[in-house]
Amino acid sequence: MKEKLVLIGNGMAGMRTIEELLAIAPDKYDITVFGAEPHGNYNRIMLSPVLAGEKTIAEIMINDLDWYAKNNVRLHAGKEVVEIHRTRREVRTADGTVEHYDRLLLATGSNPFILPVPGNQLPGVIGFRDIKDVETMLAAAQPGRHAVVIGGGLLGLEAANGLMKHGMQCTVVHLGDVLMERQLDPVAAGLLRASLEERGMRFLLGAQTAAILGEDKVRGVRFKDGLEVPADLVVMAVGIRPNTDLAKQAGIHTERGIVVNDTMQTYDPRVYAVGECVQHRGICYGLVAPLWEQAKVCANHLAQFGIGRYQGSVTSTKLKVTGIDLFSAGNFNGSADCEEIVLRDPARGVYKKLVVRDNRIQGAVMYGDTVDGAWYFQLLREGTDISDFRETVLFGHAHMADAGREGSSVMSMSDDAEICGCNGVCKGTIVKAITEKKLFTLDDVRAHTKASASCGSCTGLVEQILAATVGTIGKTPAEKPMCKCTEHSHDVVRTAIRERHLTSLRAVFDTLDWKTPDGCHSCRPALNYYLIATWPGEAQDDQRSRFINERVHANIQKDGTYSVVPRMWGGLTTPDELRAIADVADKYQIPTVKVTGGQRIDLLGVKKDDLPRVWADLNAAGMVSGHAYGKSLRTVKTCVGSDWCRFGTQDSTGLGVKLEKMTWGSWTPHKFKMAVSGCPRNCAEATIKDFGVICVDSGYELHVGGNGGIKIRGTDLLCKLATEEEVKEFCGAFMQLYREEARYLERTAPWIERVGLSYVKSKIVEDEEGRKALYARFLASQQFAQIDPWAERASGGVDAHEFEPLAAIN
Amino acid sequence: MTDWHDIGALSDIPQLGSRIVKSAQGDIAVFRAADDAVFALSDSCPHRGGPLSQGIVHGHRVTCPLHNWVLELESGAAIAPDVGCARKYPVRVDGGRVLLQLVSVTDSSSV
Ligand code: SRM
Ligand SMILES: Cc1cc2nc3c(=O)[nH]c(=O)nc-3n(C[C@H](O)[C@H](O)[C@H](O)COP(=O)(O)OP(=O)(O)OC[C@H]3O[C@@H](n4cnc5c(N)ncnc54)[C@H](O)[C@@H]3O)c2cc1C
Ligand code: SF4
Ligand code: FES
Repeated sequence: MKEKLVLIGNGMAGMRTIEELLAIAPDKYDITVFGAEPHGNYNRIMLSPVLAGEKTIAEIMINDLDWYAKNNVRLHAGKEVVEIHRTRREVRTADGTVEHYDRLLLATGSNPFILPVPGNQLPGVIGFRDIKDVETMLAAAQPGRHAVVIGGGLLGLEAANGLMKHGMQCTVVHLGDVLMERQLDPVAAGLLRASLEERGMRFLLGAQTAAILGEDKVRGVRFKDGLEVPADLVVMAVGIRPNTDLAKQAGIHTERGIVVNDTMQTYDPRVYAVGECVQHRGICYGLVAPLWEQAKVCANHLAQFGIGRYQGSVTSTKLKVTGIDLFSAGNFNGSADCEEIVLRDPARGVYKKLVVRDNRIQGAVMYGDTVDGAWYFQLLREGTDISDFRETVLFGHAHMADAGREGSSVMSMSDDAEICGCNGVCKGTIVKAITEKKLFTLDDVRAHTKASASCGSCTGLVEQILAATVGTIGKTPAEKPMCKCTEHSHDVVRTAIRERHLTSLRAVFDTLDWKTPDGCHSCRPALNYYLIATWPGEAQDDQRSRFINERVHANIQKDGTYSVVPRMWGGLTTPDELRAIADVADKYQIPTVKVTGGQRIDLLGVKKDDLPRVWADLNAAGMVSGHAYGKSLRTVKTCVGSDWCRFGTQDSTGLGVKLEKMTWGSWTPHKFKMAVSGCPRNCAEATIKDFGVICVDSGYELHVGGNGGIKIRGTDLLCKLATEEEVKEFCGAFMQLYREEARYLERTAPWIERVGLSYVKSKIVEDEEGRKALYARFLASQQFAQIDPWAERASGGVDAHEFEPLAAIN
Repeated sequence: MTDWHDIGALSDIPQLGSRIVKSAQGDIAVFRAADDAVFALSDSCPHRGGPLSQGIVHGHRVTCPLHNWVLELESGAAIAPDVGCARKYPVRVDGGRVLLQLVSVTDSSSV
C-alpha cells in the first residue's frame, strides 16, 4: 500500500512541491489535493497581466484539470479544509469530505490584509489575490469610473496599472512618500512615479486612510486629514498576512507564519509546510523565488532522500508593468559601512545603483535598463569580489566580455547563473534543454523549462541563450520605443520617414501620433538627423532640435564658455595658420590653447558673443569649422607616411587629407573618426577608428567599427584595396550605409556588433552596384552639407540671435 | 514693485528658443514655447549653473545643456528625480512686445 500524502492549498508553492516530488519519486505516494479555489493550479503572479488585458486565464494555468488526471493526483477543487485532526491523521472540508493522511503538506499561502477602518466590508472593497478578485475588478472597471488603490507597493501599482488599462481613473494612496519602499530607493521611486504619472496614474502620498464611505456599496474614501476622494472600487494592497488559521486550530506551532525548520517540517514531523504561509528562520517571504527553493527541499525530504536544506533566500524584484523596466535586489539602501556606485543618465531615463561593501555587492536598484539585473544578482548571491572590474561594473556584463557579438554576455555567464527568477531556472538547464530536446522557439523553451514563462522580464536573456545555442534567432526582442514621447522604435520611425516621405518634424509628430506636442531633448535631435540624412536638401535642418554644440558650432564648457577647433586637414598645418590662431588667441584673450587628441588645436574659453568674430578671423586665414562638437565627421588622423618616414609604404598624409576633404561636414548618427597609417606600425591608431586605413606595400587595408572611449573596440578588417580612388569609394559607401541604417547615437562599433560584419561586407565589398549607389548618395548629400557653418554665421546672416543678448536692463 | 521693462519683440525670440537679457542680477533667459507662451528664468541651472538659455525647449520645459536636467519653465523647478529651482522672473507679452520685471533678490524666494 502506498502512503497517503495530502496537500492543503492548490497554489504555487504546494503544487511545485508535488511536481518536484513526482519528478524524483513518482510512485511513492497516493496524492490528494484540496484547493479552496475552483480551478486547477495557476500562476498567481500573472494575475497582473490578466488584469491589464495582456493575458487570459487560460494562458496562466500551470496545471489544468487534465494534468491532475494524467498524473493520478486527486484534486478537490473548490473545497476548503476547515479542520485537521492530528491524532486521527485526518482532514475535513466544509462539506464533510474526510481524507486520511500519512503525511500532510500545508501550503495555504496568505491573505490580503484589509485595513481595520469603518466601511471595509462594503461591496466594492477588495484585495488583489486570486482569480475571483480579478473577475470582480474587471466587472467593476468601466471607463471614467474611479478606483482608489490603497498601497503603493508592487501589488498596488500593478493593480492600478491594470485598472487604468480599462479606462478607469486610478488614485494610488500610499502611507509613506516613497513608492515600493521595500524594493526601491527614493531616486528610483521618483523615476517610477514620474513615468506612472505620465500615464495618468494619480498619487496621494503620505495619506492615511480613515474610513471607506458608502451605504450599500463603496462610494469614496476619507483620509485622516479630512480629504475625501470618490471611488467606485477600492483595492486594498497594503500587505499580506500568512494564512495560518488552520494550522493554529490544529495546534501546530505558529508565530507570524507556520514555523518550519531547514527541511520544511513543522513541529509535527508528519506535517510539512511551504510557501507564503511559513516562517523560516524568522522570515516570511512574499515572493515566488524562495518558494521554488523550498519546494525542492521539501520534495526531497518527502521522497525520503534526506538531502538538501533550505537556508533562506535573497530575493529580487521586478515590476510587471509593460514598458517600465525596474529591478531591485538585496540591501539596496545601504548602511554606514557601505559605498554606492551610481550611474544616472536622465536623457535615456536610466538609473543604476549598486551598494557595495568590501568590494562585494550587497544590493542593487536599476531603473530603465535592467539587462544586467541577473548578473548583479548572481554577483550578489555568490559574494564575488568585484575589485578587478569595479570601474566598469555599472556598464554591465557585455562590457566584461571581449568585444564580441551581442549575446556573448549571457553566454559567458556560468551555468548556475539564475536566468529566470520567477521559476528558478539556471542558464545550464536552459542550454541543456535546447540541445538535448532540440528546441528552436521561445515557446518551446518556455514549455520545457518554464524559463520566461512567468513575468517575462527575462525573455531577452532567454532569447539570447536560444540564439547563441542554436545559432538562429527565434524571434527578435521587441524594440524599445525611442523615448517617452512615442511608442515607436528608432527603426520604425526611420522607415516611416523614408517610406511615407516625411520631411519635417511636424509631419513625423502628426503621422506617427507623437504623445507630446513638440517632442523632447531626446527624440528631437534624433528625428532631425533622420530627416536631413534621408531627405538631404529637402528636409529643413531644425536648429532648435540640435544640441547646443551643434547649434552654435562650438563645444560648450562647464562655465558656459565655448571651445573652438578649426579643421587641420589630416593633421597638417602651416606657419600662417598657426600665426592666425595665435593672433586670435591674443585678440580675444582666449585663456587656453591646447593640442587635441585628434591632431589639431583647441581654443578653450571663448565667450559666446565673441564666437562670430573668432570665426571670421579664422576664416580669413583659410580655416573652417572642425566639427569637434558634432555628430558628424570629426578628424582624420594621419602619420607622416612615405614622404618622410623610413618605413612608410604609401602617402598616408595625402590620403588622409583627401578623405577629410571628401567627408567633412557630413552629419552621422554618432561622431565618426578616421585615421590613415603609413605602415602596419600604425602610428595613427587606425585600428580604433570608425574607419581606418593601414597602408601596406601592395595597397590599402580598410578597417571598420573601432573606437576608443569608455569601451575600447578594435576594428574589423573589411577588405584590401589597390588604389586611393577605391579607398575613397569604399569610405563614402561605408559612411553612407552607417548614415542610413544605424540608430541615432549608435557609433559604428555597436552598430557593427548589432548587424554583423558579414552584413556590412555584403553591402560594401560583395555588392559592387550597391556600393556605387551608396557612394553616389553620399556625394549627393555632401553638396548640401559642405557649407562652412562658421562662415555662414561670421557674416551675421545666420542665427545672429544666438550670439547677441536680446536686451540689457539694470 | 519694480518696473516692467520692454525687452524686445516676441518675434525676436525664436519659437522653442531663448534669448538672454543682461541685467544687474545676472543673465536672464527668456524662453518662447511653440504656443508662444513666454517664460523668464535666471540663466543658471540649479544643478551646476549651466546656461539654461542654451538648452533644448520642449513643451513648457527646458533641458539644461550641461547634464540634461529638465526644468519646468513655469516655475523653474527641476523635474523628479532632480531637485532644485531656477529663479523665476515675471514676464508677459503686450501687443507683441515682451515685458520683463526684475525681482528684488530678497523677495525672490516668494516668487
Ligand atoms: C578636445 C578633446 C580632448 C583633447 O583635448 O584632446 C576631446 C574632448 C571631448 N571629448 Fe573626446 N576629445 C578629443 C578626442 C577624443 C579621442 C581621441 C581621438 O579622437 O583620436 C577619443 C577616443 C577615440 C574615439 O572617439 O573612439 C575621444 C573619446 C570621447 C568619447 C567616447 C566616445 C565613445 O564612443 O565611447 C566621448 C563621449 C561621447 O562622445 O559621448 C568624448 C567627448 C568629448 C567631449 C565632447 C565631452 C563633452 O561632451 O563635452 C569633450 C569636448 C571638450 C571640448 O569642449 O572641446 N570623447 N575623444 C579631443 C578633440 C579631438 C578633436 O580634435 O576633435
Ligand atoms: C497579483 C499578484 C502579483 C504577484 N506578482 C509577483 C511577482 O511579480 N513576483 C513574485 O515573486 N511574486 C509575486 N506575487 C506573489 C506570489 O504570487 C506568491 O508569493 C505565491 O503565489 C505564493 O504561493 P503560495 O503557494 O504560498 O500561495 P498561493 O499561491 O496563494 O496558494 C495558496 C492556495 O491555498 C488555498 N487555500 C488556502 N487555505 C486553504 C484551505 N483551508 N483549504 C484549501 N485551500 C486553501 C488558496 O485558495 C490558494 O489557492 C504576486 C501575487 C499576486 C497576488
Ligand atoms: S577625457 Fe573626459 S575630461 Fe577629458 S576631454 Fe574627454 S570627456 Fe572631457
Ligand atoms: S548644470 Fe544644468 S544639468 Fe548640470
